[in-house]
Amino acid sequence: MIADLVFYMCAALLIMGGIGVVTARNPMIAIIFMVMSFFNAAGIFLLLGAEFIALLTVMVYVGAVAVMFLFVLMTIDIDFEVLKDTSKKHLPLGVLVIAIMLSQIILGVFSGVFKSDEAAATGMPIPEGGENITHIGNILFTDYLLPFQASGFILLTAMIGAIVLTYRKRPDSKRQVIGKQVSRTREESMVILDVPKARGTAEMKPEEVK
Amino acid sequence: MFDYLELITMDNIKHLALIVAQILAIMLPLFGAVAYLTLAERKVIGWMQLRVGPSTVGPWGLGQPIADAVKLMFKEAIVPGVSSKATYLIAPIMVFVPALMAWAVIPFDEGIVLSDINLGVMYLLAVSSLGIYGILLAGWASNSKYPFLGAVRSGAQMVSYEVSMGLVVLSVILLSGSMNLTEVIEHQKGMWHMIPLFPMFIVFIISILAETNRAPFDLPEAEAELVAGYNVEYGAMGFALFFLGEYANMILMSAITVVLFMGGWLPPFDFAPFNLIPGFLWFFAKIALILFVFLWTRATFPRYRYDQLMRLGWKVFLPFTLLWLVGQASFMKFVIGV
Repeated sequence: MIADLVFYMCAALLIMGGIGVVTARNPMIAIIFMVMSFFNAAGIFLLLGAEFIALLTVMVYVGAVAVMFLFVLMTIDIDFEVLKDTSKKHLPLGVLVIAIMLSQIILGVFSGVFKSDEAAATGMPIPEGGENITHIGNILFTDYLLPFQASGFILLTAMIGAIVLTYRKRPDSKRQVIGKQVSRTREESMVILDVPKARGTAEMKPEEVK
Repeated sequence: MFDYLELITMDNIKHLALIVAQILAIMLPLFGAVAYLTLAERKVIGWMQLRVGPSTVGPWGLGQPIADAVKLMFKEAIVPGVSSKATYLIAPIMVFVPALMAWAVIPFDEGIVLSDINLGVMYLLAVSSLGIYGILLAGWASNSKYPFLGAVRSGAQMVSYEVSMGLVVLSVILLSGSMNLTEVIEHQKGMWHMIPLFPMFIVFIISILAETNRAPFDLPEAEAELVAGYNVEYGAMGFALFFLGEYANMILMSAITVVLFMGGWLPPFDFAPFNLIPGFLWFFAKIALILFVFLWTRATFPRYRYDQLMRLGWKVFLPFTLLWLVGQASFMKFVIGV
């Protein structure tokens, strides 16, 4: 009963957050709504007994993805007027995409996949006993080892690709080479001079250097 | 539909009251600890610099934190005109709350823990990655240059060191074979994790300094260049919440270090004079030790430059912790044969 109450609370806040993301005028506020949605999605995962996925949602989406969005939005300068004009231009395309996705969801719901006993069979395949992180690990590293490794390599490729695309040589920036600094000796970095008064170091000969 | 009024039974109310009482039993001493940590910091740094530290309010300066709190409470709260009002007001709360949330899974003594969940370590990682929102939003909502720069710096720094911190935590999980904090501590009977994982312990200590934005990594509030970083535009209770959040985070990170590496409530030696002292006292003593290291570092080291900070995080700690993790896993698999 309490679980139902919590579910409806999470679900309502999740949908409110989703609506907030789309309708918020300021992208920063939109991201705060998005974080709210992520949290409530994690709450629903918790109710389903998938605490590992719930915490992973918070860690990855709230702790990393949304923070990166926030970062990017903070550091780029957006002209909201231009943004509004272009978004109006792409309205038909957006409506089309939404219509396709909505029809997919409706078809999915009416196709019978989510009928009650099937949901019990396919929705929560948690084996009895043990923590679910153990089960996830066992499945991930046996049955799905190849896809798991492949997705790892795809991510690695994406990461290297992003670095290659954005990397540029900067000849003007001075880089610190700590090894070079530390290995400097007293002899090569300083000289002690007995400087004559009112004449300075200009007329001094090398052998006068002590 | 259910009749939700049925939920209001005597049992449920008792249960709720018990949880609230437990939460208060953790929170209120924590607030006290935060207040007196500020005094301890000023005293310790004072002694290290041959000064007295606060000494006027109350005997031995003990009234100083109370005086500070009262002062901050009665100050006028100012909201900058061009700021994003709601975000500006929420930001300090978003810094403060995650620092308190994490205490739910910290075990103080055998069996004394608010919520003994199986994924305690992951919960800690998840919650500790939330504090950054408050800082970023504070910098953005203030709509001013210095807070903005401070927030971006702070955000980049916390993200960088979270990576190596996560890997260090993974090595602890690998060693203890559990994500439950109580089991992690139980596993340290006989030998604390800081002995086999000593290099990781050092990496963790340095990472928590960076994660809490403390000296020598206190770049977000580098006074000389950024005035005070992300909280320049805040005054009164907004500022106080940032301040409390920072110190609560210090205590929290020390507690996490103690749980992961220094055996939590376990005594250092399991014989007569040591194991007579109750476990929670050991726990607090160890936290105090790590906190002293925080203060000691602040009084000793000069501030890192920003590129040096990033170099340390990404080019030194990340490869090192990754290699260590692979090495440790291989060692445990092929030599010990777990």
